[in-house]
Parts: sequence; structure tokens; C-alpha cells
Amino acid sequence: MAVLQIREAINQAIAEEMERDPGVFIMGEEVAQYNGAYKVTQGLWKRFGDKRVIDTPITEAGFAGIGIGAAMTGIGVRPIVEMMTWNFAILAFDQIMNHAAKARYMSAGQFRMPIVFRGPNGPAHMLGAQHSQALESMVAHVPGLIVMTPSTPYDAKGMLKAAIRDDNPVIFMESELMYGIKGEVPEEEYLIPIGKGDIKREGTDVTIIAWTKMVAVALKAAEELEKEGISAEVIDPRTLRPLDEELILGSVRKTNRCVIVEDSWPYASVGTEIAHRIHTKAFDDLDAPVEKINSADVPMPYAENLEHEAMPSPAKVVAAVKKVLYR
Amino acid sequence: MKEDKKKAHAPRWADLNLSNEKLIRMYKDMLMIRRFEERSAQEYGKGKIGGFCHLYIGQEATGVGAIAALREHDDFIYTAYRDHGLALARGMSAKGCMAELFGKVTGVSKGIGGSMHFYDVEKGFMGGWGIVGGHPPLAAGTAFATKYQGRDSVTICFMGEASTNQGVFHETLNMAQLWKLPVIFICENNGYGMGTAISRAMAGEHLFEKAAGYEMARGAVNGMDVIEMYREMTIAIERARKENLPTFLEARTYRFRGHSMSDPGQYRTKEEIEEYKKRDPIETFAKELIAAGIVTEADIEAFDEAIKNEVEEAVQFADASPQPPLEMLHENVYA
Repeated sequence: MAVLQIREAINQAIAEEMERDPGVFIMGEEVAQYNGAYKVTQGLWKRFGDKRVIDTPITEAGFAGIGIGAAMTGIGVRPIVEMMTWNFAILAFDQIMNHAAKARYMSAGQFRMPIVFRGPNGPAHMLGAQHSQALESMVAHVPGLIVMTPSTPYDAKGMLKAAIRDDNPVIFMESELMYGIKGEVPEEEYLIPIGKGDIKREGTDVTIIAWTKMVAVALKAAEELEKEGISAEVIDPRTLRPLDEELILGSVRKTNRCVIVEDSWPYASVGTEIAHRIHTKAFDDLDAPVEKINSADVPMPYAENLEHEAMPSPAKVVAAVKKVLYR
Repeated sequence: MKEDKKKAHAPRWADLNLSNEKLIRMYKDMLMIRRFEERSAQEYGKGKIGGFCHLYIGQEATGVGAIAALREHDDFIYTAYRDHGLALARGMSAKGCMAELFGKVTGVSKGIGGSMHFYDVEKGFMGGWGIVGGHPPLAAGTAFATKYQGRDSVTICFMGEASTNQGVFHETLNMAQLWKLPVIFICENNGYGMGTAISRAMAGEHLFEKAAGYEMARGAVNGMDVIEMYREMTIAIERARKENLPTFLEARTYRFRGHSMSDPGQYRTKEEIEEYKKRDPIETFAKELIAAGIVTEADIEAFDEAIKNEVEEAVQFADASPQPPLEMLHENVYA
């Protein structure tokens, strides 16, 4: 099996879907001639040309809206809109929330919205407050949107291919720090369905729920815990909306304890929603209240020590696990 | 001498290839909008229509003149929330439109959209959008898609003049010209963004010159004149269809009623409104059609009678229709 970086897996997914369906195109800042700010679209412009790999001006709301209008026209066009980062996509939230997410509902089902908005999300390293935000909770809040957050090259490719073929607006959130992470990706075609989570490590004593970059933090914590004789199960929902509730509840019913790890702020986060569902739907199975580890409830500072202090770490996860185990 | 006389009597639309049938259709469409909206106001007053209700009265010539110049099936129309009149002009039924205002399942958006969100995909009527300045990029997107697929469709985008102060409007004009998209922006300049006169909200006097920064074809047109609207639109449509080039058209018009039904209208004078009513687009066009011998005064009365009946039937239909079933609450969130 080929070993690919996440950026290469995403690149393959886009290229394969463009090859399969001439209605698929990609637009965004620096996606064509520059080969992508993070080299995710490397080589696509050369291969598919100006018509289908389109450099946009720096105008997130504008090109997001053009993508939405193209998608909803219903003539077989499937735009992939790259956001250089999700921080910049905030400028396009009116287009995404007020238009892409609502066209189908407001028209009583007259429109389909086959569009993917993708790009890196969450803090990277020492980029300061405006470039270090994990915004999945903001988009997951909105009915009409699908939110996907891959954590491995295998997942990224299969999930993105499913997203491109879907007829709903999909928010696809990657991570700058993860683009270089390597993993096995099969040669043959596969899709990972929307709404299907994955067990990233099996365990019996506690469930740790994490996505994107936090999966690695959770797995590292699980390794540490194993040394102390604690068996942690790591669950990656992969899609945050709709949520693979069965997978999560099934794991919690087995382990009776749960810690949620997320890159985003704690207030009204996706983790808050997951914890609520566990508390209301698996209450009798719980031996302790669900714990959450988040980034600090502050805009991200630049200084390296403060940034490190702000973010979830394996040590913080280990401590939270011990808390739910009353150790 | 004889020839001169003939020239003097030739109607000003002689060069436009407009059949009498088409001219009458344009007149009737304007009248339908007027009567429909008057009736909407009444039903709003009775509490049959909820929420916001933005009437198109006074602006009929802008919408009808523009839409009459489109192809009926494969051209596309976007607009903001003042959308009832444009939907009617596109041939959406008075019954479906009124039922939507009543929040009934027989409405054009099954009662889910409401006054601001009329849609009819089959007729290329793409809505019906409620965020000022939010929809112009969608229209550019449809133009992008039709060009991408090698079609010769044209997309037109109505918007109020206040939307031209929004950032995304400028983003859209930039890309529409940069990428040569077959889209026509029709800015309905009725002089007021809600209650704020344009002079208090916009730097610069010449609205259409906002498009100059993007070197886009542009101009102003008398939006109270259905023939002039049609004329300018045929030029812009030709440009879009043949050359894939956008146009920005400022249609100078006026709304005779408030911004919405809840508008007390204290920001403009009665004299100003009366002055514009002298230029009523429907009355002036009726006089012209009679003068040209295309219709008689009796015809005009008969049209009005028929349209009033149609609107009355629409109200009865809307009133008698059921509300959407409760299970629709969760339908169509996702495809």
C-alpha cells in the first residue's frame, strides 16, 4: 500500500473526482499557479488547466458565493472551494450560513447544493490570535451544513471523495500541522461515508473522543495511560454533523467513562453537545461525569510558552482520564 | 411630408421587434403586480400575512421590462427580498405567490420560504434572498456555471441600491468582469435604503459609476418606463449572451409604498411621492398603448377586471389552502 502525506491524499481525492466528473472544479486563493498555499493542489492546474483549477482574488465571501450559485444552478457543476484557512472563511460565513445552508430548506427542496468548502482549521504554531482558531463548533451549529474533520491520510481521501459526491454543502476541515503526516492509502477506490466514525484504538477502561489534530493527542495520552495499566479507547467521529452517535454511545456503554478532547474553545463547543448526548442517552452507563479538554478560553497568544499552555496536550488528557477514573 | 408624419406616429418601440401581443402581456404583468400587491397589503392588514412584507408597487416597469427581455426557460433570475412582483413577472402563478404569503403548503415555496423567499427552479427563478447584498455572488455563480457548461444562458440579478454599499457587491462585480461572466446586475434605485435616503448613505452621486472601477459596461435607465427597461436589457442581454460580458444597469425607480408594511414613511414628503405617482409606470403605458391604437380604454378596463378577479381567486385559494403538515418541519434540511 502506498504511504502518502495527508496533503497528497487530499490531492489524490480531488484529482480522481475531477477525472471522474467534468463538473468538478476547484477554486480558491493560490490554488492554481502557486500550487496551493499548503501545496494541497500541487500539479492540478498543470493537469486540468485554467477552466477547472481557478485562482481567485482574495475575496472569500465573493468566491464562496460564486461557488454556491454555481452549485445550486443544478446543471451538474460541483465546486470545491478552498479556503486558505478557516480563519479567513469567517468572511464568507454569510454566504455559507445564510445562503448555502438554507437554499434547499427555504425553497422546500427545490435546490441541491453540491459544494465542498475545504481548508485548514485550528491553531498551527505561533501564528497569533487571528490565524489560530478552531471553528468547527461554529459551522456544526448550523442545520443544513455537513462538517467533516479527517485525522489520517486514509480518512482524508475517502471522506473528501464522499463529500465531493454529496449534494449538500460540506465543510471539510483539515489542519496545517497535519498536512505532512503520513499514512497508508490503498490504490483502489474507496469512500468513507458521511456520518461514519472510526475506532482509532480499542480499549476497555475509558473512551477518549477526539478529531483532526486531537486524535494524535488522544493516542499519545492512551500510550501513556497504558504504561499505568489503563486501557483507553480512542473514538474519532470523523464527521461532526451528522454525528455517529451509535459509535460514541456504544463505546461509552462499554467503558462507562469518557473524556472529550478538542482544539476549539470550550464554550458551546461540539464537545459540549457530545457530552450532553452522552449524559442524556447513556446516563445509567456512566461511572463519572464526562470531562472535556479544550483550548484555553482566550484568543490565542503568540508567545510559544503561552500557546503551549493554551492547547490540549497528552498530559492534560491523562489527567482528565484519571479524574473520570477517580485515580 | 407624408413620410415625416408617419415617422412622428411610429411608436418609440418600433425598433424593438415587440409584437402587440407582447406589449399587452407586459402591460398586464405590470397591472397584475399592482393589483396583487394592493391585495397583499389588505390581507397583511387583516393579519392573513405575517412577518415582513415588502411591496413592489411603483417599481413594476423595472421588473417587467427586464424579465420580458429574457428567454422564458433557460435564463435565470435572482433578486433580494422585494420579490413578489418579479416572481409574477416571470410567470409564477398569483395563487402560488399569494399562498406563500399566507404561509400555506400550496405556496411557491410550500409556505416554508415566506414573502422574502419565493423560488421556482423550473422557471429559473432562483429567489428571493433576505440579506442585503448577499445574493449577487450567487447570480454570478449561476452565470459561472452556465458558461462552464458551455450554455448561452444569461443570469440577471436585481438588487436594491443600498446593497451596492456592501463589500460583497464589489467583490462580485470584480470577479464578474475579471472572469467575463454572462450576468446583468440590475440595481433598482428607489432612492431609499429602508428609511435612509441614498444621499445620506452613499458617497458620490452617480450610482452606476460604481461599476466604473471594474471597467464594466454600465449605465442608468428610467426604471419607471417599461419600454426603456426592455430596450436597455436587450442590449445588455446581447452582450452577455454573445460576448460573455456583464453589465451594471441602474434602474431609477420609486416605491409608492413604504419599505415594508411596518414603515410609517416619515423620511420622505407626500409631495415627493405625489410627484412620482404622476409618472406611474402603468398609467403612462396604458395611455401610450391606447394612443398607438393597440388597445382601447375598454380593453384596459377589461384587463383590470380580469386581473382583479384572478387576484381575488388567488386570495380565496390561499385562504382555503392548508398549512404545511407538521412533518415538513424536518424535511429538506438535507438532500
